[in-house]
Amino acid sequence: MLVSILHRVTGDGLAIVGGILLTWWLWAIASGPAAYESFLYYVWAADAGDVPGLIVNVLARIVLIGLTWAFFEHLFSGLRHLVLDMGAGYELRTNRRWSKAIVVAAPLATAALWIWLCVGRAG
Amino acid sequence: MGTGTEVGRVRGLGSAKSGTHHWIAQRITAVGNALLVTWLVASLAMLPAYDHAAVSGWMSQGIVAVPLMLMIVSVFYHIRLGLQVFVEDYVHDDGLKFATLILVNFYAIGAAALCLFSIARIAFAGGSL
Repeated sequence: MLVSILHRVTGDGLAIVGGILLTWWLWAIASGPAAYESFLYYVWAADAGDVPGLIVNVLARIVLIGLTWAFFEHLFSGLRHLVLDMGAGYELRTNRRWSKAIVVAAPLATAALWIWLCVGRAG
Repeated sequence: MGTGTEVGRVRGLGSAKSGTHHWIAQRITAVGNALLVTWLVASLAMLPAYDHAAVSGWMSQGIVAVPLMLMIVSVFYHIRLGLQVFVEDYVHDDGLKFATLILVNFYAIGAAALCLFSIARIAFAGGSL
């Protein structure tokens, strides 16, 4: 039940927020260094004195981390759906085990990726 | 075929014959997304830097631009199908449903076109934008 609802919520979230952000990102790169800088400015790193810009940064980072989680959640439960489509995994115990594993694995994968991006890369 | 209930009105008419196609297309693009978006996330995570030169230089390679374009097609096709299901399930007014479905199609196809144009521009500029 929860996994099914999350599949829908993360899918539609990725479709709208992720789709728009992906389009903005590619368009900004294609428009040259200045456009890409303004993309990075709002999404990642505004000037130290620009308080509204920094607030936007914080919100954007929450959205980015949220999208990362939504991606993993949707990917994992999507793979689950492909297995179910083949007619496997309907036994109650198996079904429950995989559903729980997905809900646990998605935040773990999200944390692992961001910790690696923020800490692992630097070293 | 009756006229009383909704199921009575459609009983005996058969399916609209587009449901299976929708279902299969959603699965094919799902597999495409699983491979290609995972590839993009992993590639971005391993990029040495995120300044314009680094990102556009990386993206201008054929080995990157081509799978990225395929990903855009697969992703926005999947988005179109998924949002369509969302609208069909939750928007019950016929007129509003029609308008929302048009919006979903315009969004998915329009955004895909913007993305493909952007990738082509980056690739053909060869990292000198």
